[in-house]
Amino acid sequence: MAAQPAPGGLTTVDGRPLKQALAEAQARAKRRAFVLVLPLLAFILVSFVLPIGQLLKRSVYNPAFSENMPALVQWFRENPRGSAPDESAYAALASDLKLIRKNKTAGIVGTRVNYELPGTRSLFTKSARKARKLEPPYREALLKVDRKWGDPLLWQVMRSASSAYTTSFYLAALDRKRNADGEIVRVEKERQVYIKLFKRTLLLSALITVTTLLLGFPVAHLLATLPLRYSNMLMIFVLLPFWTSLLVRTTSWIVLLQSQGVVNDLLVATGILDADHRIQMIYNQTGTIVAMTHILLPFMILPLYSVMRPIDPSYVRAARSLGASSWTAFRRIYLPQTIPGIGAGALLVFILAVGYYITPALVGGSTGQLISNLIAFHMQKSLNWSLAAALAALLLGGVLILYWLYDRLVGIDNLKLG
Amino acid sequence: MALPRHASTLERIWHYTYLVICALIFLFLIAPILIVIPLSFNAEPYFTFTDKMLRLDPAGYSLRWYDLLMTFGMGKPDAVRDAAWWADFWANSAWLRAAKNSLIIGFFSTILATALGTLAALGLSRPEMPFRRAIMAVLISPMIVPIIITATGLFFFYSWTGLANTYTGIVLAHATLGIPFVIITVTATLVGFDHSLTRAAASLGATPQTTFFKITMPLILPGVISGALFAFVTSFDEVVVVLFVAAYDQQTIPRQMWNGIREQISPAILAVATILVVISTLLLTTIELLRRRSERLRGLSPG
Repeated sequence: MAAQPAPGGLTTVDGRPLKQALAEAQARAKRRAFVLVLPLLAFILVSFVLPIGQLLKRSVYNPAFSENMPALVQWFRENPRGSAPDESAYAALASDLKLIRKNKTAGIVGTRVNYELPGTRSLFTKSARKARKLEPPYREALLKVDRKWGDPLLWQVMRSASSAYTTSFYLAALDRKRNADGEIVRVEKERQVYIKLFKRTLLLSALITVTTLLLGFPVAHLLATLPLRYSNMLMIFVLLPFWTSLLVRTTSWIVLLQSQGVVNDLLVATGILDADHRIQMIYNQTGTIVAMTHILLPFMILPLYSVMRPIDPSYVRAARSLGASSWTAFRRIYLPQTIPGIGAGALLVFILAVGYYITPALVGGSTGQLISNLIAFHMQKSLNWSLAAALAALLLGGVLILYWLYDRLVGIDNLKLG
Repeated sequence: MALPRHASTLERIWHYTYLVICALIFLFLIAPILIVIPLSFNAEPYFTFTDKMLRLDPAGYSLRWYDLLMTFGMGKPDAVRDAAWWADFWANSAWLRAAKNSLIIGFFSTILATALGTLAALGLSRPEMPFRRAIMAVLISPMIVPIIITATGLFFFYSWTGLANTYTGIVLAHATLGIPFVIITVTATLVGFDHSLTRAAASLGATPQTTFFKITMPLILPGVISGALFAFVTSFDEVVVVLFVAAYDQQTIPRQMWNGIREQISPAILAVATILVVISTLLLTTIELLRRRSERLRGLSPG
């Protein structure tokens, strides 16, 4: 005789409703899975996401001026944008100059203003040195120290720097600045570097993606159509570069392509080139393109291969038997089936190429530098860390959009290594 | 892909052209890596084959660059090679110190990345994992985010927390960079994992720990080891983070190479490169053997 179902629906042996018991068991399983992931998630949040967050903060936050010039910050707060600096403003400036002289922070403040108005760092250090002798009326006294103190543009820059939170580094990273009236304008022609470099980075990355596709497609096709025992053997040609140190591969290209290198020697020995007309193939854009194509080629071949391998050859055979030429069969039947692989490989190569640093730095010369190299330059040489952070944030934004696209179209689960 | 008998002449020509093109691309892939090996035995300070080398004259070849590699940075490199010389070598050789640093940093970051990564992969491969896709995206992101951005962020973070110029800082950073590789390889191994095996173990009375170490671990071990090797190689080849956050005496092999290439490139760099190529060949062989073993274990291929 079948058991009578309880009035409230099905129950477990100990009398709890089945629905609730199931939900509890599922929640427990969920928790258990999550607990396994938790340590790593916490680790990545602290060791990776937090530093990136700090970088983003650094790109909009620079307290060098606001922390050290309290009186002037106060004056800017009380007087709205557009009000001309009066005697009280100059008095505030004079008291702050005395303060930065005492705290020895004139260099820090001057550097901050100098980022936006070149040539003003020395103005601050010089005036701070003479600050003790300043007497009212301060306006005349300061203008006597340096006429630049009357420049409305300088006052505009100081006003924008008086807030620790600023967008001026993003403006600078996009070749923009504020003029004396606070409007956003483009910087002078000869100082426009960043947009050009962003464009060059995108262009070179696209070019490298295309060359890796052109070189990777035939090879992946060959590997996918050969019997496994041959293709596994030939796969070594793809995987060995993949496993070899980046610096080794870059060094090899320097050795091969330099003007006294193997390729030039070969061309001269075979009489193609005249000994006096060796081609400059390294330390310029050509060097960057060749070396990066070589380094990123495995990232194109592997996704292509994993899509091409399971394609059933009978489709192409069927097309041929129905009268299609081999070109038509390839174009109409085979190529459409490889689109997911092309998409995955191209996106991956492009994402990696956009942020490349080491290879362009070593073989790029001056024309083969990418945006990453400029970030490194501002971090290590010019020490304008906020600008470096703003450039990095813009690059990061672009890469994350591409990454999101990759996840949507390909899925990160399908990322394969060898 | 053999050519069918009925192929036309044009198809035949195209087929062989295609094979030649493929051969050239393979040459493009492999030649730059192999070319450094003979050149590292050059007796002259050039980056090209001398006449003597081409005539296979033994005088054209020498081990001088390997010797320079050993003696670089030593106090008395020209002394007689007795015990004192070897002690000097052990203590002062710049490349040896770089190798030691690389191994120490690589070892600890690999352990950290593999332990955390394997644990997380086990959780991520469970069907009931909540927010799987989003969490996976975060965990893989260190591989996607340009290294210069990571290094810049770490530079700010480490100067704030005091981890700059410490081994701990570099190890943590390298572990972060290696983790995506561990996750990808281990989850790939777990795709074919038969969960009824763990249930069988549990029904026979095994504790979760016993089940993990006796059942799960042996089956996913090949994936874990290849993940670990990936993590090690990532650390062993990493230069940008080291450039940004490491102190001068924390030079690693890639960092030392970086200096060598930027300042005065000499064939000694090629000697290092040759050694690294040999190491990567060994690693690749290991990975390949592991992959086959894993496929055999999971019954994916007959071989």
